[in-house]
Amino acid sequence: MQVNEYKPLIVAFCCNWCSYAGADLAGNNRLNYPADVKIIRVPCSCRVNPMFILRAFQRGADGVILCGCHPGDCHYTSGNYYTRRRMALLFSMLDYLGIEKERTRVEWVSAAEGAKFAATMNDFVETVAALGENKRLEDLRCKK
Amino acid sequence: MKRIGVFVCHCGTNIAGTVDVKAVAEAMKHEPGVVFSTDYQYMCSQAGQEMIKAAVKEHRLDGIVVCSCSPRMHEATFRKTAAAAGLNSYMVEIANIREQCSWVHKEMPIGTEKAIILAKAAVAKVSLNAPLTPGESPVTKRALVIGGGIAGIQTALDIADAGFPVDIVETKPTIGGKMAQLDKTFPTLDCAACILTPKMVDVAQNEKIRIFSYSEVTDVKGFVGNFDVTIKRKARYVNETLCTGCGACTEKCPMKKVPNEFNLGMDNRHAVYIPFAQAVPKVATIDPNHCLMLKSGKCGLCSKVCGAGAIDYKAKDEFLEERYGAIVVATGFNPISMEKFDEFAYAQSKDVITSLELERLMNAAGPTGGTLLRPSDHQHPHTIVFVQCVGSRCEACAEKGKEYCSKICCMYTAKHAMLIRDKYPDTDVYVFYIDVRTPGKNFDEFYRRAVEEYGVHYIKGMVGKVTPENGVLKVQGSDLIDNRQLHIDADLVVLAAAIEPDKSARPLATMLTASMDTNDFFTEAHPKLRPVESPTAGVFLSGTCQGPKDIPETVSQAGAAASKVIGLLCKDKLLGNPCVAHSDEMMCNGCSTCEKVCPYGAITYEDKEFRMPDRTTKVRRVAKVNEAVCQGCGACTVACMSGAMDLKGFMNKQIMAEVDAICK
Repeated sequence: MQVNEYKPLIVAFCCNWCSYAGADLAGNNRLNYPADVKIIRVPCSCRVNPMFILRAFQRGADGVILCGCHPGDCHYTSGNYYTRRRMALLFSMLDYLGIEKERTRVEWVSAAEGAKFAATMNDFVETVAALGENKRLEDLRCKK
Repeated sequence: MKRIGVFVCHCGTNIAGTVDVKAVAEAMKHEPGVVFSTDYQYMCSQAGQEMIKAAVKEHRLDGIVVCSCSPRMHEATFRKTAAAAGLNSYMVEIANIREQCSWVHKEMPIGTEKAIILAKAAVAKVSLNAPLTPGESPVTKRALVIGGGIAGIQTALDIADAGFPVDIVETKPTIGGKMAQLDKTFPTLDCAACILTPKMVDVAQNEKIRIFSYSEVTDVKGFVGNFDVTIKRKARYVNETLCTGCGACTEKCPMKKVPNEFNLGMDNRHAVYIPFAQAVPKVATIDPNHCLMLKSGKCGLCSKVCGAGAIDYKAKDEFLEERYGAIVVATGFNPISMEKFDEFAYAQSKDVITSLELERLMNAAGPTGGTLLRPSDHQHPHTIVFVQCVGSRCEACAEKGKEYCSKICCMYTAKHAMLIRDKYPDTDVYVFYIDVRTPGKNFDEFYRRAVEEYGVHYIKGMVGKVTPENGVLKVQGSDLIDNRQLHIDADLVVLAAAIEPDKSARPLATMLTASMDTNDFFTEAHPKLRPVESPTAGVFLSGTCQGPKDIPETVSQAGAAASKVIGLLCKDKLLGNPCVAHSDEMMCNGCSTCEKVCPYGAITYEDKEFRMPDRTTKVRRVAKVNEAVCQGCGACTVACMSGAMDLKGFMNKQIMAEVDAICK
């Protein structure tokens, strides 16, 4: 029997206007990336509450990535600037708690960048997989 | 507990090829809340939608999950289906198992496993959905067209024809754009001015159209149906209503050595000028950078000769505030700068020119009166070399060129070569090309005529270097078919420069919150199905601001954009986006944090009376969201410290439920 290879669990928050469309474009162009990535659609990257990210780690996610429009291109003008600041703060706090900085990422992917989306996901999954499983924040009560 | 139905689409083999759809439908039957689960070949088809409607009735469903393509594709379709079945249309969630699953993963077990997880997340979300009703907003029945080239002109004429008022904003002193500079147009060789200037006159005479030339858009607020736009009318120092366009001022102006932009700097104009004879509006403009009176206060000649008394040296920039229901972007293109292409010696030699410069040299109203003469010595050129794809399809030279094909160059070069051979049969014409691309009606026939009837020498290969030497341009190129090096002594070298979006496009896109691609072309809402709409509601695209295109394509796109605008302006009321922020008054402490982060100013505060448990009342300041103004970004929901602010359709608990479902 083949030994199960370790598969990281990645939660990706994508803004509806740029990155979610970029992910769709990656699909249209059949650009492969690992199935470990599960996308949650949000209207704007600034809709992502730090609580969502903490919850993901509590529930056993190994990495969380936020994708938004490029700075200056936000559909809502300034949403991604809030994301950038909030996440800089949150990620350094998570790092302090022992969730390595490599496990969290903010990336700008436009609706035209299907290739960038796939490349980013490939790279992120590889990085997180190299770190191994994340148990730092895991809430054992959530385990069934 | 909700009664949820799950509908898994095969999408032919698009999904079913990589995802075991039956297994997905089966797995979903065991999810809490799911009372019905099935699969079907094409959910979006009539039969698929009927199936959903029947299931809603039969199983008394109050929530629907469709596992299919991207919600960007068919969310609206299934919302309508739900509404037709008597459900609130916002009780639908889509699990994207095509673009984000079956198309990007190859193996069936992996695809199926992920599809099940995505479906579970959608079920978790829909079980917390609440019915939403979109608000209504009125529509201002007037359109704004930004850019007065052929794209803007055609769009404005078509909208005005339908009876709606239109304003055109053009940065230059006249409308007409690039087409006004062209000599002949392919593939019929009719003269550009002969077909464009009557349209310009139509615009000027149309009661429904106002032209704001020498103006620019400086601010855009609001949203579809009601955009509040600030237009800056640059001071032209000539009263537009008084000026008759007689041209007396331009003749008398002593400042004669100003490079003429219209002829691309190949001749001079006066400091007070009318760009060309058929300009619309035919009104003079004073160039403040060169006018002696404006610079030093000494001259005033134009004012003395002006019979109409239209000259006004004290004019100031004016700002207009206007409201529009729809905005059409038609900002057009420019050839890229050739300065960086040292190998072609554009900066060193006057006889290396761009194709647009050649248009002016061949134009009867151009600097040479239509006779083809070398710019350096005004002699007739006997050997002309055309270089194709200068800066186009240039992956290796991204810092100076563009990766994309500029699309129009193959055809206009064939046109130039043909016209030159026709008028000057003693001239040798060489065209160096990578490929000749002629996919258009009568295009290939046209190119073949250039080769077969007019004897233009087409050489597959690139020019490596152009060296100016003793009045001759030494062209060194390669012929890939015969596999040899070529050395040609040319009198004139014409570069088919790549085209790029106008520089004004990017700041405009920011103002409109319209998205652009990496090349600064505006992105369409859907590349195939919504090609003239921007993803931003109420913003439409016309012409080359969206991508390189020729005149026939531009005109058809302009008409398409106009029909979309007319469709919008015909409506009396627009349904808004119901996914807007909502503040829980009981939790709000009136701290004003949300107000500061809101990019739309949609949040205000009001004092509200609350009844306390001891039956006294207390007045507290609480946030209030203006639902017509809120665009639903959610910035406030994260900023809110007390957790009072939430976003309908993307509630905290809904997204949390999705996270939980994925991380199970």
